[in-house]
Amino acid sequence: MKAISEIQEEIIEEFELFDDWMDKYNYLIELSGNLPVIEQKYKIKDYLISGCQSKVWLYAEYNNGIINFSADSNAIITKGIIALLIRVLSGRKPEEIMNVDLYFIDKIGLKQNLSPTRSNGLLALIKQMKLYAIAYNAKYEKE
Amino acid sequence: MNFDVDKIREDFPILTGKVYGKPLVYLDNGATTQKPYSVIECMSDLYSNRNSSIHRGIHYLSDKMTESYENARKTVKEFINAKSAHEIIFTSGTTGSINGLAFSFGENYINQGDEIIITAMEHHSNIVPWQMLCERKKASLKIIPFNDRGELLIDEYEKLMNPKTRIVAVIHVSNSLGTINPVEAIIEKAHQRGIPVFLDGAQSIQHLEVDVQKLDCDFFAFSGHKIYGPTGIGVLYGKEKWLEELLPFQGGGEMVDTVTFEKTTYNELPFKFEAGTVNYIGAIALGEAIKYVIKLGKVNIAEHETELLKYGTGKIENMGDVKIFGTAEDKISILSFLINNIHPYDAGMIFDKMGVAVRTGTHCAQPVMQRYNIEGTIRASFALYNTKQEIDILCEAIGKARTMFS
Repeated sequence: MKAISEIQEEIIEEFELFDDWMDKYNYLIELSGNLPVIEQKYKIKDYLISGCQSKVWLYAEYNNGIINFSADSNAIITKGIIALLIRVLSGRKPEEIMNVDLYFIDKIGLKQNLSPTRSNGLLALIKQMKLYAIAYNAKYEKE
Repeated sequence: MNFDVDKIREDFPILTGKVYGKPLVYLDNGATTQKPYSVIECMSDLYSNRNSSIHRGIHYLSDKMTESYENARKTVKEFINAKSAHEIIFTSGTTGSINGLAFSFGENYINQGDEIIITAMEHHSNIVPWQMLCERKKASLKIIPFNDRGELLIDEYEKLMNPKTRIVAVIHVSNSLGTINPVEAIIEKAHQRGIPVFLDGAQSIQHLEVDVQKLDCDFFAFSGHKIYGPTGIGVLYGKEKWLEELLPFQGGGEMVDTVTFEKTTYNELPFKFEAGTVNYIGAIALGEAIKYVIKLGKVNIAEHETELLKYGTGKIENMGDVKIFGTAEDKISILSFLINNIHPYDAGMIFDKMGVAVRTGTHCAQPVMQRYNIEGTIRASFALYNTKQEIDILCEAIGKARTMFS
């Protein structure tokens, strides 16, 4: 598996092809189709990320030391960003996720999506992904 | 009508600005308005040349500042036609006013089992303080419902009133739907039963004629920053008879008469309700903003905004798959809408990149969104400096979003 930094660099390169904001958003809309979609049975309140203007559900599965994420959102741009996050963070060990520095979001010009306003749940989502990693790490890795 | 909007726009420096290289199309006036030079320069002048605390100083600057502050109070008094300047209390804003009022009114008049009436279209600032009060006092909230067009059901309102009703608190104009509520009728019916009425005027003060004596409301609140004035300042109006009875909602300096550890007596109106160092800069600048509005003429502004509403509604209705929420007979220049099945957040992000500033989401009116079973809307809210060309750009943005997300 490629290193986290390698994937982030790949993403940054992909976005560098676009000058125009609309092209970036169109690409995100395209990427939203790549999102590993959360199973219907997990699309419930327990897995809903609060603090979003749109609905975001996140599920994390732990198998043999690796976490895999699936998610969904009813806002397409949010879906596209989540798809990127999952591309970077899925299939990783908990400690990789806990300590990750997600610099690609700023580099591809989506920093505004990280602002702590109510209008986006991205911060809350990233926080939740890290919390899952911390929890699984505490439960399984410390034994 | 002599309303040269292009000339008026020159008074607002921010309107020449660009976002992402595109001209700013500012349609988020329901959230906050932009400021004319006269307001900006007033604040700059006050801080540069005149700053001094008010009421207690004995020196020249303090005297002058006190005079200006009390003149601002008079300006507000005349603007809303209150009987006396004693009835004008400067606060931090509408939310500050409502919290203060709910607390003080609650201390005097709300007991277990009492009822407070609000509407189903309130902004959270006119729900939560009353809810908190009800929790403290074990009282309950009663809600006036509205129909699909966003019009209050006055028959239902009448049914809600009973001997346990202590106050009616109503949003004068809905920030999410634009509805102008029939407050005259609401007040008349409440007064027939001896019940006082509070009006949340955050979205009415800048768009409608507000004459508190004509309306005969018992309390009225508004925010400076929504009427081309600065943030951090607002007004709570109350009929003198009420304000004399109510206990202060904040204690501290300025609002006292004598202080001992055994007992403190309070200052007279309006100072009883202005604890601490008030936002005197904000109050004086608010006075300037009000003077600017008076100069243009509220009637002229309303006429211009009505034209914008008509133009915008017409254009959007013609787009077919755009649904407008809030289609009351009487409304102000707000267009709350959804495009197809596109999530408002998605659309808002596209609008933003085209330089169009709108608000998306629940607009601090979650019960309204729940009523329509939606997550939120896109809201374009117009002000005196908006133009038809800006509405055209808004429609282009709607078209763009529609294409991108289809």
